[in-house]
Amino acid sequence: MTEIRFTIDGRACLAKPGQTIVEAAKANGVYIPVLCHYEGLKPAGSCRICTVRVAGRYMAACTQPVTEGMAVENTAPDLEDMRKSLIEMLFAEGNHLCPSCEKSGNCELQALAYRYRMMVPRFPYLWPVRTVEAGTPLVMLDRNRCVQCLRCVRGVRARDGRKIFASVRRGARVAIEIDRKLAARLSEEEARRAMDICPVGAILRKGTGFAKPIGKRRFDRTPIGADIEKGIGR
Amino acid sequence: MAQDKDPVLRHPKDPAALLDVIRDVQAAAGHVSDEAVGRIAAHLKLAEAEVRGAVTFYHFFSLAPRGRSTVYLNDSITSRMMGRTAVARAFEDEAGCRFGEVSADGAIGLFPTSCIGMNDQEPSAIVDGTVFTALTPDKARAIIRGLRAGTPARDQVAAFGDGANQSDLVRSMVVNNIRRRGPVLFGAHETGAALRQAVAMTPEQVIDEVKRSGLLGRGGAGFPTGLKWEFCRREKAAQHYVVCNADEGEPGTFKDRVILTELPRLLFEGMAVAGYAVGARTGILYLRSEYAYLRDHLEAVLAGLRKDGLLGRSAAGLKGFDFDIVIKSGAGAYVCGEESALLESAEGKRGEPRDRPPFPVSSGYQGLPTTVNNVETLATAARILAGGAAWFKALGTTQSAGTKLLSVSGDCARPGVYEVEYGLTVADLLEMAGGAGAKAVQVGGPSGTCVAPAGFGRRICFSDLATGGSVIVFGPRRDIFEIVENFMDFFVEESCGWCVPCRAGNVLLRKKFGKIARGLGTAEDLREIEAWGKLVKSTSRCGLGQTSPNPILTTMKSFPELYEARIRKGEAFVSEFDLATAIRDGCAAAGREPECKESLHD
Repeated sequence: MTEIRFTIDGRACLAKPGQTIVEAAKANGVYIPVLCHYEGLKPAGSCRICTVRVAGRYMAACTQPVTEGMAVENTAPDLEDMRKSLIEMLFAEGNHLCPSCEKSGNCELQALAYRYRMMVPRFPYLWPVRTVEAGTPLVMLDRNRCVQCLRCVRGVRARDGRKIFASVRRGARVAIEIDRKLAARLSEEEARRAMDICPVGAILRKGTGFAKPIGKRRFDRTPIGADIEKGIGR
Repeated sequence: MAQDKDPVLRHPKDPAALLDVIRDVQAAAGHVSDEAVGRIAAHLKLAEAEVRGAVTFYHFFSLAPRGRSTVYLNDSITSRMMGRTAVARAFEDEAGCRFGEVSADGAIGLFPTSCIGMNDQEPSAIVDGTVFTALTPDKARAIIRGLRAGTPARDQVAAFGDGANQSDLVRSMVVNNIRRRGPVLFGAHETGAALRQAVAMTPEQVIDEVKRSGLLGRGGAGFPTGLKWEFCRREKAAQHYVVCNADEGEPGTFKDRVILTELPRLLFEGMAVAGYAVGARTGILYLRSEYAYLRDHLEAVLAGLRKDGLLGRSAAGLKGFDFDIVIKSGAGAYVCGEESALLESAEGKRGEPRDRPPFPVSSGYQGLPTTVNNVETLATAARILAGGAAWFKALGTTQSAGTKLLSVSGDCARPGVYEVEYGLTVADLLEMAGGAGAKAVQVGGPSGTCVAPAGFGRRICFSDLATGGSVIVFGPRRDIFEIVENFMDFFVEESCGWCVPCRAGNVLLRKKFGKIARGLGTAEDLREIEAWGKLVKSTSRCGLGQTSPNPILTTMKSFPELYEARIRKGEAFVSEFDLATAIRDGCAAAGREPECKESLHD
C-alpha cells in the first residue's frame, strides 16, 4: 500500500490511504483534540474541536481524509483559541456540575478544559432547562451534561439493530432521547458500554456512580492526549 | 380497518418511507400521537425514539395536536414590514388563543413559520395547506370565522392569481408578479427541443456544452454545473440520480416558485438532460412543503411529458434512455436546502447535513452518485442545450455568464420576479423595481449581504454580490437592528443543532447582539461579536452556520456608524444587571409581592 506524505505544523508525517487527519496524526504521535470522535465509530464532526487549517481553509480533522502533500496546521495560536472557545461554548450551553459529577476525572470535556486551561467561559451561561430521564432500569440520561456528540446514537444499538438513543428536536433545543422500550432490554454489559461511550456524565450506569474515588480516575493525573504524545497510542 | 385506509399500513415496511408515513398521519389526525409513534416504529422496524426524532425535526409535524385547522403565519421581516403584527392579533382575537397554541375547543391552532416563499405578497399564511396572501386583519378574522362555520380553507379562496395559479389543479390566490422576462428562462422555448438536442449528442458532449456555457449553480454556491455533472458521471455505480433542489427557503426568495408554476416543463426537461448527461434513470424533485399546493399541477405536467414520450421508456425516442421523475416532499426545515441535508430528508430521515467528503456526486441519494441542482440551474441548462453555449455565454459578465432570476420584495413599488443579466448594479435594480430612497438592500437573503447606499454601485454577480435570488429592499424608516434581530432569530430556529458553533454560537451571537441593540454594549462587545462571528463561520459544518453570522457582520461593515451610536463610548464595562428586573423575576419565582416598608437602617 502506498503511503501518503503530509505535514502537521511542518513536521513530516506518513498516512495510509483513507486515513482521516485525526487517525493519521495519532499514528504519528501527534494529538489533535477530539470530543465527539470515538474509535471504531463513524465520525460525526459534531463538536468541531478537532478543527484544523489546510491551505487557509478550516476543516474537521475527524472527518477529513489525508491527501498527498497536505500541510495541516494544528497548533497555530488562533486555532487553539478557537478550540478553547468551542469547549467554553459547551460549558456555557449546558449545565455542567463538575464537582458533584460521577464522571469527574473520567470526563473528556473536563479533561479538555484542563488541557486548554479554561478558567471561566468567555460566553455567558445560557442556563437551559433540561430534563433527566431515569425511567429505564440500568442507565440514567442527564441531558444537563449532554454535549450532543452523538456517540451514543452511533454506538449503542439493540440486538436487532435499532437505535437505543436518538436525537429529537433541532437547533438549541436538540436533545438525546432514550428509547424506553428498547433500553428496558439492555444487558449489564450493554449498559456499561453506553456509559463508557459517553464522554461526559450524561449517560450513567445506575448503582455504581462513585466506584473509583476522585484522584484515581483517568484524567486526574494524566492530561488528555498525553498517551498519544508519548507514543503509547501508536 | 382496510389496509389501504390506514395511513401507516399503506406504506411499505421500509425506513425510507418514514417521512411519508408521518406526513399522512399528521394530515389525518392533526398530530402524531404516542399510539401512532408506536405503530409507525413497529411497521418500519425503527426505535420509537427515532420516529419522535423525525417528527420533531420538521416544522410541520408535531407530537401534540395542532388543531382541527392550523394557521401557519409567516414570520419573516418582510411580513412584519407589511403589517404582520396586526394580522397576527386579529387571528389571535378571533381564534381565542395565542400563536404557538391551540384554541380551547381544539378547532384552531396558530403557529408562526419561516418564510413561505410569498415575500412579494405579504403578510401570508398557509391554512390547512392553502396559501393566503396579502392578508389584512379583516381577512384573518374572516378565515377563522369561515373555518369555525365549516368552510374549508381551500373554499375560502375567492379569486385566483394569474397564469397557472388559475388552473383547476392549482386554484391558488398566489400571483406570479413576473416583472421582467429575460431571454434565457423566459425566452421562447419549444418543449422537447433541448432534450432532443441532447440525445443527439453523446453524454460527454452534453457535459462539454454545459461546461463551455460557463453555467454556475443558481442556488447561491455557484459551483460549475458541467463539472458537477462530469464528476457524477465518472463515478462507477449501479445507478445514478438527478435531484432537483426545490427547497428554496432563504427568506425573500420565490423565483423557484414562479418557475415551478409557469415553467415546469422546462425544468423537467432540464432534469432529463441532466439525467442523460450523468447516466441516471431516476430524477427526484425535492419539493418544499410550503409549495405542496403545486404538487397536483406538477404531477399532471409529468404525466403529460410521459405521454409526449419525453419521460419514461425510451425518453425523447432514444432506445435505452429510460428516464423518469418522482416528487418527494419536505416538511418545513430551511437546512434541507443544503444538498446533503436534502438527501437525508429525501431518504426519510431527519434533515441533518452530512460530512464532506464524500460529496453527493460520489455518494448521494442512498449512497449512490447524485447530482443535486437548483430549480433555476436545471431550467437554464435546458435552455443552454436549445440555444447553444455561445449564445448563453454572450450574456452576463465574463465570470458570471447568463441571466439570473431575482426575487425582489420589501419597500419597492414593483415587487416580483426579474430576469436580469449578471452584472447589473444594485442601483439599476432599485430603479427597475421602484425602490428609490432605499436605506439598505439585502442581497442573497439573511445569509447574504446587507448593502448600504454607498454600495449601490456594486454588481450582482458571482465575483461581487453573489445571490441565490433574494433581494429585499428596506426603505428609509426601517430599523437595521430590528432586521438583524429577525434574521438571527431565523438562524437560531433553523439550525439543525448538530454542531457546536452553529447550535450554541448562534444563540450566543443573538444574545450579544441584543445587548448591543439595547444600548448596553461597549467597544469591547463589538470586538467580541466580530470574533465570535468569525468562529461560527469558520468552524461550522455546513453552509447554514458558515453564513449565519452574516446579518451581524455585514451590517457592522456597511453601517459602522449605527453600531458606534449604540454603544457606550469610553466605558470599559457595562453591567447588564438590572436590579428592578431581577427583583421582579425573583418575586415571580417566589410567588409573592414585595412589601415596601420604611427602612430602619437608612
